[in-house]
Amino acid sequence: MARYDRAITVFSPDGHLFQVEYALEAVRKGNAAVGVRGSDTVVLGVEKKSTPKLQDSRSVRKIASLDTHIALACAGLKADARVLINRARVECQSHRLTVEDAVTVEYITRYIAGLQQKYTQSGGVRPFGLSTLIVGFDPYTDKPALYQTDPSGTFSAWKANATGRNSNSMREFLEKNYKETSGKETIKLAIRALLEVVESGGKNIEIAVMTQKDGLRQLEEAEIDEYVAEIEAEKAAAEAAKKGAPKET
Amino acid sequence: MECVIGVVGRDFAVVAADTSAVQSILVHKTDEDKVMVLDSHKLMGASGEPGDRVQFTEFIQKNLHLYQFRNNIPLSTAATANFTRGELATALRKNPYYVNVLLAGYDSDVGASLYYIDYIATFHKIEKGAFGYGSYFCLSLMDKLYRPDMSVEEAVDLVDKCIKEIRLRLVVAPQNFIIKIVDKEGAREYARRAYTDSPPEAATSEAATVAA
Repeated sequence: MARYDRAITVFSPDGHLFQVEYALEAVRKGNAAVGVRGSDTVVLGVEKKSTPKLQDSRSVRKIASLDTHIALACAGLKADARVLINRARVECQSHRLTVEDAVTVEYITRYIAGLQQKYTQSGGVRPFGLSTLIVGFDPYTDKPALYQTDPSGTFSAWKANATGRNSNSMREFLEKNYKETSGKETIKLAIRALLEVVESGGKNIEIAVMTQKDGLRQLEEAEIDEYVAEIEAEKAAAEAAKKGAPKET
Repeated sequence: MECVIGVVGRDFAVVAADTSAVQSILVHKTDEDKVMVLDSHKLMGASGEPGDRVQFTEFIQKNLHLYQFRNNIPLSTAATANFTRGELATALRKNPYYVNVLLAGYDSDVGASLYYIDYIATFHKIEKGAFGYGSYFCLSLMDKLYRPDMSVEEAVDLVDKCIKEIRLRLVVAPQNFIIKIVDKEGAREYARRAYTDSPPEAATSEAATVAA
C-alpha cells in the first residue's frame, strides 16, 4: 500500500509531500482574498459567500485583527483559521510581555509560517488548510507591509497579492494594474481586483482598511457599494470612450 | 514606604500611589509609576515586591488585551477583578506573587467601581481603600471625610489630605505621589504631587487648604 499518501511526514518517491499539496488544493477551493499595500494604507479584501437567509452574516468574519497594528485574512478551511489566529494573538501579547515591544509584521508572519511548517513535519497531525495574507504597520519604520503564508510554511512579502479561488486571475490583474497608490485609490484597487472574480459586487465583499492613525477599520456594506458604483461608472466611461473614439473619426 | 490609595466618586474613580522605588533603607528613584493603565477604562494601583508587581500587572494587562482581540469586547471591571483574584489564588499555593492591588474601572452600565485584592487573594468591592504603611493613616481619614457623591475635585482633595497626613506622621514617608483617574472619558494621569520643603501640616487643621 502506498503509505506516502497517508503519512504526511513521508516523501513520495518523486519528492512530493502529498498532504501538503492537498492542503494547497483546499486553499485553491477556498474563498478569494486579496491584499494591497499603499503608501499610507494597507487593504485586505475577501469574498463573502452568500449567507443563507436566516443566518446572521455578521457572525462570519474572515478578516481578524491580531494586534492593534496587525490584521490577517485567509483563504481555506475556516475552522483551521480560528486555531491559527488564536495562536498568533497569544504570541502578539506574549511578545509584548517578554520584550515590551509590539511584534513586527515580519515577526508574526514568520511565527505563523513556522507554525504551519511544524504541521507538515510532525506525526499524527495534518497541515493547516490555509493560506494567509497578513498586513500591518511596522512599529519601527511605520511603513505598511503585506505578507503571505501558505500550508507548507513558506512566507513572502508583497506589494499586492491574492490567494484562494481564482487567485491567478486576480494576481494577473494586480500585476497589470498595480501602481503605488494611497488612501482611497488603494482601497479601490483592492476592490477592483476582487470584482474580477466575485459576482454581483458589494454584497459579497468584505473589506478592511488599516492606516497608521486609525488602525484596522472594517468598511460598512454601504461604503463598499459606493466604491463598487464608482468603479463601475469608471469602467463604463472607459468603455464608452473606447467605443466612441473610433466612430467619430 | 509604600502607599496606594483608591477612592470612588460619583461617576469616576481615583487611584493614587507613591512613586518611590525602595530597597531596604535605600531609595533608588522617586518617579516609579505604580499605577498601571490596564486598558482604556481601567487602572491598577499595585504595591508589594517590585519585581512581582511589574510582572503581575503586565501579565494581567496583556491578558486583558488578548481577551479584547479574541472577543471584540473588553472585559468588564468586575470580571477583571475576579480574573486577577483567580490568578493570585492559583499562584498562592505554588509560587505566590507578593502583590496587593487596587483595581479601579469605569463601565458604561455599572459606572465606576473599585476592588481591593491582596496577595493572599482577598477580594472586596469597596468605595475607598488603601495599601501599605500609608493605609494606617489614610483609612481613618477617609472614614471621616469620604462621601459617595464626591466630585473629582473633592476626591482629589481627599487624596491630597491623605498624602499630607502621610508626610506628617509616617516616619518613612515617600517623597512624591502620582494621582490617576478613570471616568467615562477613559483612564489617565491626573496630577503628580512632588515633595516641597515647607513643613507638613495636619490634614484636618483649619489652615490646611489644599491647592488642587
